[in-house]
Amino acid sequence: MFTANVLALAYLAAATLFILGLKGLTHPASARRGNRYAMLGMAVAVLATLFNPAVKNYGFIIAGLIVGGIIGSVVAMRIKMTAMPQLVAALHSFVGLAAVLVAVGTYFMHPRADASLMTELFVGSFIGAVTFTGSLVAFGKLQALLPSKPLLFKGRHLLNAALALAMLGFGIDFVWHHHLVSLLASIVMAASLGVLLVLPIGGADMPVVVSMLNSYSGWAAAATGFTLGNQLLIITGALVGFSGAILSYIMSQAMNRSIISIVLGGFGGHEAGEETAVSTAAGKGIKSASVEDAVFIMSNASKVVIVPGYGMAVAQAQHALKELLETLHHKGIEVKFAIHPVAGRMPGHMNVLLAEADVPYDNVVEMDEINPEFSSTDVALVIGANDVTNPAAKSQKSSPIYGMPILEVNRAKQIFFVKRSMKPGYSGVENLLFSQDNCALIFGDAKTVCEQMATELKAAA
Amino acid sequence: MLEPMLTLYIFVLACFVGYWVIWGVTPSLHTPLISLTNAISGIVIVGAIVVAGASEIGIGGELIGFVAVLLASINIFGGFVVTQRMLAMFKKK
Repeated sequence: MFTANVLALAYLAAATLFILGLKGLTHPASARRGNRYAMLGMAVAVLATLFNPAVKNYGFIIAGLIVGGIIGSVVAMRIKMTAMPQLVAALHSFVGLAAVLVAVGTYFMHPRADASLMTELFVGSFIGAVTFTGSLVAFGKLQALLPSKPLLFKGRHLLNAALALAMLGFGIDFVWHHHLVSLLASIVMAASLGVLLVLPIGGADMPVVVSMLNSYSGWAAAATGFTLGNQLLIITGALVGFSGAILSYIMSQAMNRSIISIVLGGFGGHEAGEETAVSTAAGKGIKSASVEDAVFIMSNASKVVIVPGYGMAVAQAQHALKELLETLHHKGIEVKFAIHPVAGRMPGHMNVLLAEADVPYDNVVEMDEINPEFSSTDVALVIGANDVTNPAAKSQKSSPIYGMPILEVNRAKQIFFVKRSMKPGYSGVENLLFSQDNCALIFGDAKTVCEQMATELKAAA
Repeated sequence: MLEPMLTLYIFVLACFVGYWVIWGVTPSLHTPLISLTNAISGIVIVGAIVVAGASEIGIGGELIGFVAVLLASINIFGGFVVTQRMLAMFKKK
């Protein structure tokens, strides 16, 4: 009894520390302390579990902890910040698989338990399996091992429904007869479902997918908690599950699309053919500008707002942007970075990349805060962001992105849009900005262009 | 009240805690939020340890437990270390 109570108290302390840890992320200044609270909570939970009298053999546990700890730490130390979405997807898949394994292992421990435990085992293992394979596919897409455009085939909704029904059937059979085979069959169905659910979702919807898999991994942990009657797992699972769910909601709002339509997939399938950028631009009456033009106008500006998008991450232009920021600051020009919630491939991606390049976080502003400021902005510099700046979202009812909240760069006095080619954005919609009189395109690689800008600005001083 | 019921109570109340705490997180820290929640969802290690350490289920069961501990441990260390790395980058002027 004594040990059981000590264990329960340790778990309560761990749960409290996890909540305090997440609370720390309210502000960058308290965030590091928050992370340390959560680490402490995890250490308490693991140590307490090791003293659980049910644990008799330590060899495998210690080996797993040490090997896993080394792999995890080394990967985390080495990973590039641009690759963060992939890393997160890979880690989600591990939680999913671990939940499946714990469910199967628990079955071995209690093969003759009652129907309620079997139901919990089934639920825990199928959520885990969906998380596992769904995250693997997301990883493949983010790592460019799989094509990032949606993979569609006829009858996929029907197939998904059939798989879900089969999974449920095997699950019910398992709860009824307690046969391991049925549990494994339901796991295989769930795993196939995970693959088919993520395949049709395109690259720019990845922020939602990453958030949703985050949420699933939480629910998988909570379901494991129900199986084991472990309150710490339930509390933690609920926290993580809600975190992912809220992020998915924020992301879908920022795209003005329902979660359902994102889950069903297929958005942004078509890609326009490539043509030589400058000639097409001229043919459509679109102005292009040189780096020198942009530098001249910027050096006479009093306020510049930089809008980074996924293109900045691809070109690794964040360090060049930091240099540009410093040069502009040096000349007494006010500079802000404007971030759209779905810029990049995961929530908050741009903020991390800018932080990596030492851009102070007080220079980085969210959409709602910056939008009223564009009318007093002299130059808006758009780097690799397209759909999130397209005024068609406000003015063209027929546009697929109509209703999506955008960064209102169109209201700035002058817009420079750094772009590799004339290809439209992810949605396949032409950006209405380009036909505005005050918008000029600078063709080239984002990193090279930004470096040139910084150099020329310095020289102009 | 029966124990499963009590567990359900805890789950529902924890959902509310999650709801309020997460809405307070600043959008600029959404990536660290994901990696931190990722690290703490490695808490399934608690279940994995019990499976890996149970002597009565034979070597097959223990091996399953070992792989689960290994995966959860990668998650925990990877998640916390990468979160710490990211948060160290967020600086004021």
